[in-house]
Amino acid sequence: MAVRSPAHLQVNDVSVTYHHAARPALEHVTFGVPEGMRVAVVGPNGAGKSTLFKALVGLLPIQRGEILIHGVAFGAHRECVAYVPQREQVDWRFPVNVQDVVMMGRYGALGWFKRPGKHDRAIVARCLEQMGIAPLAARSIDELSGGQQQRVFLARALAQEPHILLMDEPFTGVDTTTQAATLTLLDELKTQRVTLIVSTHDLNLAATHFDRVLLLNHRVIAYGAPPQTLTSENLLRAFGARAVLIENKIVVDECCPPEEQRAESESE
Amino acid sequence: MNVLTEPLLYGFMQRGMLAAVMVGILCAVVGCYVVLRGMAYLGDAMAHAILPGIAIAYLLKGEILVGALAAGIVVALGIGFLTRRGTIKEDTAIGILFAATLSLGVALISTIKTYALDLTHILFGNVLGVSETDLAVIALLSAGVLLVIILLYKELLVVSFDAVLAATLRLPTELLKHLLLILIAIVVVVSLQTVGVGLVAAMLVTPAATAYLLTRRLPSMMLVAALLGAAASVVGLYLSYYLNIVSGAAIVLTATAFFFLAYLFAPARGIVWHLRARRKHAARASDVAVPSE
Repeated sequence: MAVRSPAHLQVNDVSVTYHHAARPALEHVTFGVPEGMRVAVVGPNGAGKSTLFKALVGLLPIQRGEILIHGVAFGAHRECVAYVPQREQVDWRFPVNVQDVVMMGRYGALGWFKRPGKHDRAIVARCLEQMGIAPLAARSIDELSGGQQQRVFLARALAQEPHILLMDEPFTGVDTTTQAATLTLLDELKTQRVTLIVSTHDLNLAATHFDRVLLLNHRVIAYGAPPQTLTSENLLRAFGARAVLIENKIVVDECCPPEEQRAESESE
Repeated sequence: MNVLTEPLLYGFMQRGMLAAVMVGILCAVVGCYVVLRGMAYLGDAMAHAILPGIAIAYLLKGEILVGALAAGIVVALGIGFLTRRGTIKEDTAIGILFAATLSLGVALISTIKTYALDLTHILFGNVLGVSETDLAVIALLSAGVLLVIILLYKELLVVSFDAVLAATLRLPTELLKHLLLILIAIVVVVSLQTVGVGLVAAMLVTPAATAYLLTRRLPSMMLVAALLGAAASVVGLYLSYYLNIVSGAAIVLTATAFFFLAYLFAPARGIVWHLRARRKHAARASDVAVPSE
């Protein structure tokens, strides 16, 4: 693994408004993520989670505020942020195989005109292995299941060797194998001190697998360690009427579902 | 063997054959992006859009190739400009510019005295009138376009496959899109003499679509498309010679025949394969009482 310096991310007073929208999708969002920290972004549907991610990778212009990585204005580093969208908007019938897609993760580091070399192929092979899709390397992407497709794009994000990895709802609508693989990946990346920002609506996961929780509903409702952030008061403010039920789920759920899922996937 | 060598005894047939093969290869390779990005309509529009450029060059007694190239690039950038801010959908922008430039082209050409004859050559090509200079120009432009496609393989692949990754990698998405439009414009101009404005879209789309049915990866798709484009050109020209039909039409009809063969018999994607797979599946399903999944 190449030596790298995991990024410190600082978001200062960021506001984003979509065209023709009456109210901003994000308002005065401020938070900082120390290097190597794992942050769960939690909030109701339409709270601006995906908007925050798109702004962080530069897919959306921000009207206000600034995003600093390594203390430098965003945009100066292109290769250090990787992003896995909630649903990949790609043409699944495109003539590329799994290996081709993961190799695209190396393109940023390669730069113009250069062809992938031995080093890049080794990284791609390792990422395929890590996400458990090495046997699928030569498959066309239209032959994959939804979970396999997700793992291909996670492997691609890994191949980018990012300092900051953004994942939008990676646990939604995927099979248990993929969920388990994603969780293992989170732990693995922790040891590599990659800064992780993951949105999820699973409060359990947020509480058990992340160092910090960012409670978001257009504004930052709360930000900090899970026990201090996921209080009933904060959840009420973020989720409104739905909070009671969700809070119940937290209280009830003392056992650890991720371990259960891992056991399930191993027995597959 | 005489059947194959006889036409090649003529110099104009040799030059025509060379030109047709080069154009067939070039169209097919660039056509892969046209097919994968759903730009077939754009290719057709671009072909018609270069008419005013040709007419102006003709009227000014300038180089027709230069006029066509200039018009193609202007239209390519025009389409890019109209759709830039998302105010107008791309196919609408193409429709507007396509009709406008075609009308302008016909209006200008109708002022030329011998217009009926010239228009036929422009619309359907005149592969047997290819000169040594034409050949050199076609070779040079083809080499240039193919070089760009090879050098920018990674970037064009990402921009075509995954716009989000292209944006996060900070690739100049708009610039690459315009570049591709300009490449298509050049291809259309180069094809002018062999298949003509009316049929170039077919040469862009048909061999690439055939290759898509036969292959699973972009490099092999491009290679197979190039082979098919070249083969259609050669077979088409022989047909044109012996059946005494217009060469451009013969080339396109040959390419279309290849396409339908692939559509029926391609492994994994062809119709016959699907029918057989379904029958096999049905047979297996009736053997096993309880499905495993």
